[in-house]
Amino acid sequence: MNTTAPAGSLHIQGLVKEYRPGVPVLKSIDLKIDGTGLTSIIGPSGTGKSTLIRCINRLVDPTAGAIWLDVGGQRLDMAQLEGAALRHSRRHIGMVFQEYNLVERLTVMENLLTGRLGYLSAWKAWRRKFAPEDFERAYQLLDVVGLGSFANQRADALSGGQRQRVGIARALMQQPALLLADEPTSSLDPKTSVEIIQLLGDQGRERGIPVIVNIHDVELARRHSDRIVGMTGGHVVYDGPPAGLTDDHLQTIYGGQAWMQ
Amino acid sequence: MDAVNARAAARPASTAFAWSGKQKLALVALLAYTVYVIAQIDLSPARLLSGLHQGARFLSRMFPPDLAKMDVLWEGIRETLQIAVLATVGGVALSLPVGLMAARNMVPRWVCAIARGLIAVCRAVHPVITAIMFVKAVGFGPLAGILALTVATIGFVGKLFADAIEEISHKQIEAVRATGASFGNVVLFGVLPQVMSRFVGFATYQLDSNLRNSTMVGIVGAGGIGGALFSAFLRFEYGFVCTILATVIAIIVVGELVVNATRKALDV
Repeated sequence: MNTTAPAGSLHIQGLVKEYRPGVPVLKSIDLKIDGTGLTSIIGPSGTGKSTLIRCINRLVDPTAGAIWLDVGGQRLDMAQLEGAALRHSRRHIGMVFQEYNLVERLTVMENLLTGRLGYLSAWKAWRRKFAPEDFERAYQLLDVVGLGSFANQRADALSGGQRQRVGIARALMQQPALLLADEPTSSLDPKTSVEIIQLLGDQGRERGIPVIVNIHDVELARRHSDRIVGMTGGHVVYDGPPAGLTDDHLQTIYGGQAWMQ
Repeated sequence: MDAVNARAAARPASTAFAWSGKQKLALVALLAYTVYVIAQIDLSPARLLSGLHQGARFLSRMFPPDLAKMDVLWEGIRETLQIAVLATVGGVALSLPVGLMAARNMVPRWVCAIARGLIAVCRAVHPVITAIMFVKAVGFGPLAGILALTVATIGFVGKLFADAIEEISHKQIEAVRATGASFGNVVLFGVLPQVMSRFVGFATYQLDSNLRNSTMVGIVGAGGIGGALFSAFLRFEYGFVCTILATVIAIIVVGELVVNATRKALDV
């Protein structure tokens, strides 16, 4: 694809999230993610990985802290935005979900086009007036994710791996400056998981945008990431290249050691 | 063996499949009230028997059906169909926004409370009573019937639609929201695809229901075949009553067949 959007860079400062007052899930997270590359966030269940990702595009509202997104010379504080300003900034952030979250009764093409909804007035959306270049881009993306012949299939007729490819294509339809993926491989078999992670990494590099992935499979993360962020108990306890991630770190992140044998 | 017996003795008695004391009490209370009411309204076997006898005489006088006044029949049926179709189209169109505003997962609580209240009012009153009120307001004729059944449609379809929206998958909504879509676009592309086929089902069921109800509202002067039916009763023209009833039944059966065939053909 030659039509790439400007890359975004993300700067999270002192991010705290409490679902119940006094019980923080995220305890002051500081992270800087810029340039191209795949960043994997690893950590045990319930440690706030999903919450962190969802705070970035505000599917979850943070309790405190700042989330700066620099894109196209603009600096947006995702933690503060509301209403139309929030929706406009969300257009820069593509998101891929664990359970794909496709609109089941719509076709693959229709699901891809929903990626453009942030740019469409309700009146145009009601009349299904998507721009011709949106269709063009959608067909190109379907070829990229290997679903060229599936445009008119309904989403609920696809397999898990195919659905996740549609989910990725939908996120890329936004021409995002940043791509988030919340456990994109947790519902998939090992072979498909590798393909999906590679697809995310390749697309990030090709577009020169950062990709942030929550992942449970440490080996998968090690092999395909440019950077690993290890979280435990709502804190970041490791931040660096995959090569630097030692067994000691893993023990700090997950606790115990029997699982590593 | 003794150990097994001892453990069995220590266990509390099983409550599997047992009725609770409160459930038994409720059942006894219901039975007692039923017996009391039967005694109150003088429901004796003798009365039931004489009623059966009268019914048989009435039925025998309905045959042969009177086919002389086909123009009156046709006029009434045409009006009934018009009332049913207009009330369904108008009521269903209004149910869409009302139902959406009554779904707790889509709108703020106060909006929901207002919409739920409106639906409750529409549902609370039977269409015949609403029809009487509209006859007072807009005069005799089909307009009163159309308005009365529109209100009934909002009450029924609006509630079912709201409940259907409350059951949709939140994940699909979340994904559409994450693209930066506005509330309207989330509704169009995240909510409606999930509920549309159920909505078509409610609407066609309501058309069926409105066909039946539109034969009723005529009795109070709100247009349709009901007026002719009621005056035929009053004039003891039981042959014509038979013709009207047979036509109404035929219309409702044919209506359902047509609706089902249409849904199948259009794949909705």
